[in-house]
Amino acid sequence: MRRLAVLRSPVGAASAVLLVFLLALAIFAPLLWGDRAGAIDTDAIQQGPSAEHLLGTDQLGRDIFFRVLVATRLTIGLALLATLIGVVTGLILGSAPSVLPRWAARVVTSAVNIAVAFPGLLLALFFAVIFGTGTIGAVLAIAFAITPSFARLTQTLTASVSGRDFIKAARVCGVGRFRLLTRHVLPNIAEPLVINATLAAGSALTAFAGLSFLGIGVQAPSYDWGRLLGEGLSRIYISPAPALGPAIAVVLAGLAFNLFGEAAAARHRDQQPRGTAVRAPRSTGGTDESGLLTVRNLHVTFPGGITPVRGVSFTVHNGEMIGVVGESGSGKSLTALAVSRLVEHPGVVTADTLRFNGKPLDQTPDRELGTRLAMVFQDPMTSFNPTRRIGGQVAEVSEVHQGLGRKAALRKAIGRLEAVRIPEAERRAKQYPHEFSGGMRQRAMIAMGLMGEPQLVIADEPTTALDVTVQREVLKLLARIRQERGAAVLLISHDITVVAQTCDRVLVMYAGRIVEELPTTELFTAARHPYTTALLKAVPDLDTDRDAPLAVIPGRPPEPGEIGRGCPFAPRCPLADDQCRTEEPELEAFGDGHRVACWKSESELAGVR
Amino acid sequence: MTDLVFSNVTVRFGHHTAVDDVSLTVPSGQVVGLVGESGSGKSTLAATAVRLVRPTEGRVHADGKVQMVFQDPYSSLDPRMSIGNTIAEAMPRGTDRKAEVARLLELVNLDPGRATALPARLSGGQRQRVALARALAGRPKVIIADEITSALDVSVQGAVLNLVRDLQRQFGLTMLFISHNLAVVRYVSDRVAVMKAGKIVEEGPAAQVLADPRHEYTRELLAAAPRRDTRLEAS
Repeated sequence: MRRLAVLRSPVGAASAVLLVFLLALAIFAPLLWGDRAGAIDTDAIQQGPSAEHLLGTDQLGRDIFFRVLVATRLTIGLALLATLIGVVTGLILGSAPSVLPRWAARVVTSAVNIAVAFPGLLLALFFAVIFGTGTIGAVLAIAFAITPSFARLTQTLTASVSGRDFIKAARVCGVGRFRLLTRHVLPNIAEPLVINATLAAGSALTAFAGLSFLGIGVQAPSYDWGRLLGEGLSRIYISPAPALGPAIAVVLAGLAFNLFGEAAAARHRDQQPRGTAVRAPRSTGGTDESGLLTVRNLHVTFPGGITPVRGVSFTVHNGEMIGVVGESGSGKSLTALAVSRLVEHPGVVTADTLRFNGKPLDQTPDRELGTRLAMVFQDPMTSFNPTRRIGGQVAEVSEVHQGLGRKAALRKAIGRLEAVRIPEAERRAKQYPHEFSGGMRQRAMIAMGLMGEPQLVIADEPTTALDVTVQREVLKLLARIRQERGAAVLLISHDITVVAQTCDRVLVMYAGRIVEELPTTELFTAARHPYTTALLKAVPDLDTDRDAPLAVIPGRPPEPGEIGRGCPFAPRCPLADDQCRTEEPELEAFGDGHRVACWKSESELAGVR
Repeated sequence: MTDLVFSNVTVRFGHHTAVDDVSLTVPSGQVVGLVGESGSGKSTLAATAVRLVRPTEGRVHADGKVQMVFQDPYSSLDPRMSIGNTIAEAMPRGTDRKAEVARLLELVNLDPGRATALPARLSGGQRQRVALARALAGRPKVIIADEITSALDVSVQGAVLNLVRDLQRQFGLTMLFISHNLAVVRYVSDRVAVMKAGKIVEEGPAAQVLADPRHEYTRELLAAAPRRDTRLEAS
């Protein structure tokens, strides 16, 4: 059904109706009105429009209205034929390099590159001269004018798919080059190709009309719209209708193809990931509570009733290091984004309380948030602008938020780069992001956060993309920032051992909720929630028994859209009973600094620990 | 005997030497864990075994077919092809494809009724099982597993590791198991090789390498691996 979704947009639907109408005309018009369009009437030569002849008659007295209708078949047929030949040739030329030996591939690619440089219509005229005037010549001319751009498109799309692992996997399995192309590459690039073919058909139609109009396309006694237009034009000042009729037909048909293609392309683009927009959270007043960051009943909702964060509450005190553990889809990253006011556009953030540094978050000015709260992301490659020097980017925070001059800001930036132990900071500040290793980039990112006086550093999987030795350095750096500056750190990670090593408290998230909160010292001895204990057992470490199978949590975490009634962990939980499956437990305190969302009693839980 | 033998393999990309004169033997029916950091050349070395990369010098030898399982199950399966067809594609000619697909799916603990499903309908762990089934479909003697659990959720990772170990033992497969995670390598491997800057710096029985590392770099890696009972202090 996805393919038909284009019909749901008004432009798509209108152009589709028009296309169907044109195709019906192309099929039936010659059968219905072929005779009337060809009937010569020497008594009614070159008449203007009348009730009998809606668009008048030509120099042999033939009815122009019916000639326009009947010409639909030849016009559209030739345009489609030219497109077909052009697209197929383009496909062959474009995909040939992936099948041919390397030297031949290079020849084909260069030839296409040169051909692409010429404008299409120029190519068409050039080929028209070579192939001679006439229908076949014009079809080939237009077809070969379309070919280069299609070949290039195919090449580009093929290259983008070829690098993916499933192509490598198929090659390892011994799948031949040709089959690789037909079974794996082409199906995965078909959509943009079809869209572009539709657009190409529109331009082929107008180009063809142009050639016929110039007299190097369709020759008498055949006629298409372009030819009719040419014939009508000679007396346009006496009677405009004979020229306007075919002109309108050309415009309508060209528009129908192009608009349909555009509508389909727009749908295709809609399915691609979108950019980021910032939306401030709604309703963030609430009672005054102590704590640097107070979050009560935080929800993040997306259109379609999908709620990946469902009522999260926690408090971060000054100078604390808190770990948030959870798997993909648990809502841990969205929680961090909501706290930094960075939730993407269709997402809506609500909370009973969302306070940072004593103020509701939505009333905190950008300047204060920009200097008091620092964010470190997982992939330091994408968090820096690749075209600007590191020093300038780190310094920007102080220029924008602290009003420092450019030089002063840069000096401060170099100081901060030194503080995160980047060697030769002054020289490296002049380098670009790609000249930094992953670990160095992550340090630079943290240095950027330190340009203000951060009271809270939110680090979202800051070490996941890094090697273990580098990971340790970055984690130590975070610990040092906390020690020296008294900043609180919210460390988000999927790795429970990383969190256990560095944090004071752990929040365990599952399916958009916190299911357990406990001091790290109790993590391995007193964790209560069955998910927490299962997770601890399922992750191998350097002391795991090699002879026993790893503990396994059956099933998988639910997607945000799949969460129903009851405890979301119940389908995977060995202790689940009817209550678990129908009622969701609240997060309740039961010890000092320990909260659990589980119906089971301590004695029942002890059995699975 | 189906040892996988790398003899003096060097791979250069332009001026960059990714793999530098590596000789390594994966003994028949055993698992060699290859650890090292990103850019150390371990994936390039693996790619030479399945001929995705041609060694600039040296040679790779294995009796029997070599298959590979890739890191990211979200990109290693063709999104437009049903999982059954993906698995069938790797089979030798003349196989009863339908029955064999069902058998393989069963083997990796997936419902054979799902053979017609597209990868998008499967979770990451299930996709990685399909990738394993595809690798087994070619009836290989040697399997290269390149970071096969690092893209998976932690609660799912254990099940895939158990499966890999079972299948390896059941079929007596020779396996090169690549990972940056020492704990995971330790769990599945008989022997461990440590790679740094294109060279193998240490190789030996897993227990010995991990308990009594000889090379400075191996010690560094071990010290950096997160452990439950140690706390990381500020640097």
